[in-house]
Amino acid sequence: MNWPGILLAGFAGTLVLTSLESGAQQLHLTRMSLPYLLGAMFTPSRDRAKVIGFFAHLINGQILALFYVAIFNAMGGSGAVRGMLIGLIHSAVVLLVVVPLLPSIHPRMASVHQGPTELRHIEPPGPLGLYYGVTTPVMVVLSHLAFGMVVGALYRFE
Amino acid sequence: MTTPIQDYAIVGDGRSAALISRGGSLDWLCWPRFDSPSLFAALLDEDRGGRFSIAPRRPFRSERTYLGDTNVLRTRFSAAGGELTLTDFMPVYTSVDARKHPHGGHELVRIARCESGQVELEIVFDPRPEYAVLVPEITALGKLGLRLDAGRGRLLTLLTDAPLGPEGQARIRMRSGEELHFSLGYANCAPATLPPPTAERCALLLEETLRLWREWASRTRYEGPARDLVVRSALLLKLLQYAPSGAIVAAPTTSLPERPGGDLNWDYRFCWLRDAALTARALFGLGHIAEADTFMSWLLNATSLSLPKLRVLYDLYGRKPAPERELPHLAGYGGARPVRVGNAAMSQVQLDTYGEVVEAAAYFIRSGGVFDRSIADLLCHFGCEVARSWREPDEGIWEIRGIPRHFTHSRVLCWSALHRLCELHEKGHLPGAPAAEFKRARDLIRLEVETLGWSEQLQSYTRTLAGGDVDSSLLLLPWYGYCAADAPRMRATWRRIHATLEVRPGLFRRYHGELTVGEGAFGICSFWAAEYLALGGGTLEEAEDHFEMLLGHANDVGLYGEEIEPETGGALGNFPQAYTHVGLINAALSMRNRLERGKREAQRARVRLAEARP
Repeated sequence: MNWPGILLAGFAGTLVLTSLESGAQQLHLTRMSLPYLLGAMFTPSRDRAKVIGFFAHLINGQILALFYVAIFNAMGGSGAVRGMLIGLIHSAVVLLVVVPLLPSIHPRMASVHQGPTELRHIEPPGPLGLYYGVTTPVMVVLSHLAFGMVVGALYRFE
Repeated sequence: MTTPIQDYAIVGDGRSAALISRGGSLDWLCWPRFDSPSLFAALLDEDRGGRFSIAPRRPFRSERTYLGDTNVLRTRFSAAGGELTLTDFMPVYTSVDARKHPHGGHELVRIARCESGQVELEIVFDPRPEYAVLVPEITALGKLGLRLDAGRGRLLTLLTDAPLGPEGQARIRMRSGEELHFSLGYANCAPATLPPPTAERCALLLEETLRLWREWASRTRYEGPARDLVVRSALLLKLLQYAPSGAIVAAPTTSLPERPGGDLNWDYRFCWLRDAALTARALFGLGHIAEADTFMSWLLNATSLSLPKLRVLYDLYGRKPAPERELPHLAGYGGARPVRVGNAAMSQVQLDTYGEVVEAAAYFIRSGGVFDRSIADLLCHFGCEVARSWREPDEGIWEIRGIPRHFTHSRVLCWSALHRLCELHEKGHLPGAPAAEFKRARDLIRLEVETLGWSEQLQSYTRTLAGGDVDSSLLLLPWYGYCAADAPRMRATWRRIHATLEVRPGLFRRYHGELTVGEGAFGICSFWAAEYLALGGGTLEEAEDHFEMLLGHANDVGLYGEEIEPETGGALGNFPQAYTHVGLINAALSMRNRLERGKREAQRARVRLAEARP
């Protein structure tokens, strides 16, 4: 395993993904903010959550890059196209599995069934993240494609 | 029937504001900022604008008040079966509270409580984002409340324990002691916060908000005439000061007509330089140093962005506002069209703004501030610009669209800018200023004003050089130190203005002209008159009489619009108007100063008398 390569690819891929998501937020294409949602698991403060979440997001990116490299190994090589293929599957898992689970696993997220409480008050993402805006699924797919492309393009086997 | 302008009251949080009618209808709200497109605009179009109304079924009587020295509004309805109170506020937080309690930064809380008997409550939640261009569908998500896509990724939510239908309407019978809670929220760039609409949370927010406003109001350093209205005015200024930048918007509304049913409809959700000095004086004078300092920071930052020219108005961050446009789909307040957003006055030239900025900077110094090198350079640049361009015509303080003219007020403000810069230079605050050049230009301006700006025929300073009419802005000449209030020419000018522009006792028009036909008396001009008398243009009693008359024209919760309709005493123009309240504060401060000076003189006289006795 090329550990420095994994670290570099994971770091660069996460930066690109975060920038795309942040840009989409500022362009009002989606209100989905993974750093905020991650950080809000640790603190009720919105401002602090965004900072903590950013670093948590970077660590997540490294771990996910490890998975991507494991799949590259199984496929017999890396590359931007292979990375994008994995990214597409990754985004599908996020939208179809992780997003519906969020209200159950996030300690501060409200659910449609129980409604908001003093502790659980963050708006849930809804099916495919559509509560955060109708273009949210598109942005999730695009940002994960970009993540996969960067990881695949930067990672080289030793 | 159109709700009279003075029947509105305001709630806000220093970022945005809502206007709520005496009948419990939220008819104007722009989120996330004062100058954002509206979400509710029934104020400008009763049918199409959108409202959020909570009130007993008609008929009812209502009276309202702010809860002490706060910006929390309480309306008390007396209906056939009982009494109901409606409490409206935008929560404000300290940074500690913000960490403890969930909030998304933009929230308006409404609490309806049946105080006695039984009341049938009618609720209408009908938002129309983007100045009512959008009519989106409300989505009911069960316990997550009602939500509405406000366009461009923005979300409006309403959480409530009231059984609202999916269209956002309900008719509910409330019994004595029952309460209903409504939390209106907004999110534009992250997942929304959905605060639980519980009695405990709303009570806690109310308590915190009341405490923070009361603490702030208690820091008002003023003992003198009309203390309640002075504090109310300070609370309004604080509410209209955009907290992230320090800018103060002239008013939170657009296109409320200055002439009933007419076309003098402008967007006031910007920051004008023309009242900068008066605003700085009001804030420093009341001891609200933090607010004055942030206002000065905004002012100096904004003006440095357009150096050496000054714009007439700036947006909340000191930038050039978007161009003016009309909204033809809105009927306008009382049919007054067009409804405008943006303000074309931004491209005008107003030479008086230099005097305003320099005078505000002088107040900053008088209140203990210190110029750094960049501010000193900035002021010197302004001085050089004035020395270069004071002979030019401009659009003047009233932003008269058309051919620029030579306004006496603008000339005097140019004089004031240069005079104040010379003073600051002599006191060592502007070491690099070209003082000789400034003095030469200043003296030439005075010569011109005293020859061309004075009419022997009228026995008055005139509105324009070599002109034949007067203007209320001339009452400010003593305020800027151009002449003493009791100087013979100034007294004569006062007599002419009093005879020509006073339309009802204490109420003054700005000037007579084509554009002013049908408009009301200007609130700030009327307060300038009271202040002129307090500065020495009249006796203290005359000043007090004038001031008292004006106080009677505030609405029931102590708010003023831009103008006062002479016949009815009703409000005209954008509402509430920061600068009318600035005028009130400054007149009160001048009267207090005169009162204290009189007391000190009486005391000295008593001491002299005692010493003279054997």
